Amino acid sequence: MAMLTVKDLEVYYGVIQALKGISFEVNQGEVIALIGANGAGKTTTLHTLTGLLSSTKGSIIFEDRDITKVPAHKIVEMGIAHVPEGRRIFAELSVYENLMMGAYTRKDKAEIAGTLENVYKRFPRLEERKGQRAGTLSGGEQQMLAMGRALMSHPKLIVMDEPSMGLSPIFVNEIFNIIEEVSAGGTTVLLVEQNAKKALSIADRAYVLETGKIVLEGKADTLMHDDAIKKAYLGE
Amino acid sequence: MSFISHLINGISLGSVYAIIALGYTMVYGIAKMLNFAHGDVIMIGAYVVFTSMTGMGLNPILSILLSMVVCTVLGVVIERIAYKPLRNAASPLAVLITAIGISYLLQNVALLLFGAGAKTFTNVVTFPSISLAGGKLTITGVTIVTILACIVIMVGLSLFVGKTKPGRAMQAVSEDRGAAQLMGVNVNGTIALTFAIGSALAAIAGVLLCSAYPSLTPYTGAMPGIKAFVAAVFGGIGSIPGAMIGGILLGIIELLSKAYISSQVADAIVFAVLIVVLLIKPTGLFGKNIQEKV
Ligand SMILES: Nc1ncnc2c1ncn2[C@@H]1O[C@H](COP(=O)(O)OP(=O)(O)O)[C@@H](O)[C@H]1O
Ligand SMILES: [Mg+2]
Repeated sequence: MAMLTVKDLEVYYGVIQALKGISFEVNQGEVIALIGANGAGKTTTLHTLTGLLSSTKGSIIFEDRDITKVPAHKIVEMGIAHVPEGRRIFAELSVYENLMMGAYTRKDKAEIAGTLENVYKRFPRLEERKGQRAGTLSGGEQQMLAMGRALMSHPKLIVMDEPSMGLSPIFVNEIFNIIEEVSAGGTTVLLVEQNAKKALSIADRAYVLETGKIVLEGKADTLMHDDAIKKAYLGE
Repeated sequence: MSFISHLINGISLGSVYAIIALGYTMVYGIAKMLNFAHGDVIMIGAYVVFTSMTGMGLNPILSILLSMVVCTVLGVVIERIAYKPLRNAASPLAVLITAIGISYLLQNVALLLFGAGAKTFTNVVTFPSISLAGGKLTITGVTIVTILACIVIMVGLSLFVGKTKPGRAMQAVSEDRGAAQLMGVNVNGTIALTFAIGSALAAIAGVLLCSAYPSLTPYTGAMPGIKAFVAAVFGGIGSIPGAMIGGILLGIIELLSKAYISSQVADAIVFAVLIVVLLIKPTGLFGKNIQEKV
């Protein structure tokens, strides 16, 4: 049984249908890439997964529990952390306070302290700037904060929405290295990216989304050499 | 000496506006709505104190506590019944109009229960006046208590919002509701808590207001409510220190205008100052220049 099973998901914005029945699976320990052009429905998929949007049809099963109708604020406790598109850090709070918001549902102070130490180890920059207002960080640092904040919940599954968006190439590489580290640490990863080349290079499997439908799926290595993919997404 | 006396009275009146404005500004910051019924919650709170003291013979402290409980429940119930169902309404006007409707409802319920005649508010604050500068300057007990209450509330609220977990959740919801939910924050609960705090503060404001101006009618809350809203906008709506400074400045401007210009146009001057401030700094004194998300 897969860790996460999404089946026939349909989502509307008013009368506009953004997801037209999509299905995919994420297995424990995998890195799954969800790629597709701007407007394909990637963000909608992740928002529906974590309860920020509701579906009109279909189901989402996480670890044998039906979470289709579970409200957003109960999702993180079940073990899914969401790094949203555009980072959405709390600009007025300090870096430290943002990280503590990530641990909002956790009770054990000692465990939280342990996770914080790990996050600081992974993102030394965040520790250097822990007292600083998060809004003053650079784009790359804010992305790190958004990831660190998600890791503070100690998730089983982390879903990330275009973490490399708008970052300089150096930061992009750094972010992808960190995603690989997070995965190596045992966290399952669902990665949404427009940077298909990079995403496929670290993913085990991938799904290709086009105007609300999954049009292609398979092993990342295979997709990377697929002619249609090369043409449409890899710019070759 | 009379200038200092007017100034102190202005600070005191402004402290009441500030306490009311906190309710406006917190609700706006977190629920993104203007709760125009807030002023009328003050009036209900004042009637509770009036009734429990003169009708039931309760002592002042118990009366105030009872009033805070009633207002808290009232605020939370209004939010739950009237505003929450409209939270995802297509137009923000829906909730605004509802709030105005609730305001009239509360006024008319009070009219039904207590009649239109003004009630003379009992003296709740039994703090002695103090005399300074060889008797040239007298500060009443109510004035002192009002200013002290305002300081205590400000400090307490700042500590609550800045240092506690529910306070931080409030800040997070106010900045980005969706992101806060992803952290596990129950937005409905946070909004209810905000209404509870704002309404409890309204009860305190009601007592202080009616102690300084002891004539209580169903419309007692309306004008101070509007002034406090102006104060909140003046300070930068959504900002807690803004509400505080805005309220106190407004009180000072109002009383000095009454004393030195004309008591008829004092309110007009208050609103004129607001317009000037908003022309110069549209987000208010402490407002942040955050662009509305589309
Ligand atoms: N809030 C919204 N209201 C209406 N339509 C939306 C909204 N958000 C997204 N859409 C539409 O839904 C489709 C999918 O969008 P999205 O999931 O954001 O795509 P992606 O993340 O792949 O770029 C697009 O056609 C977009 O225009
Ligand atoms: Mg997107």
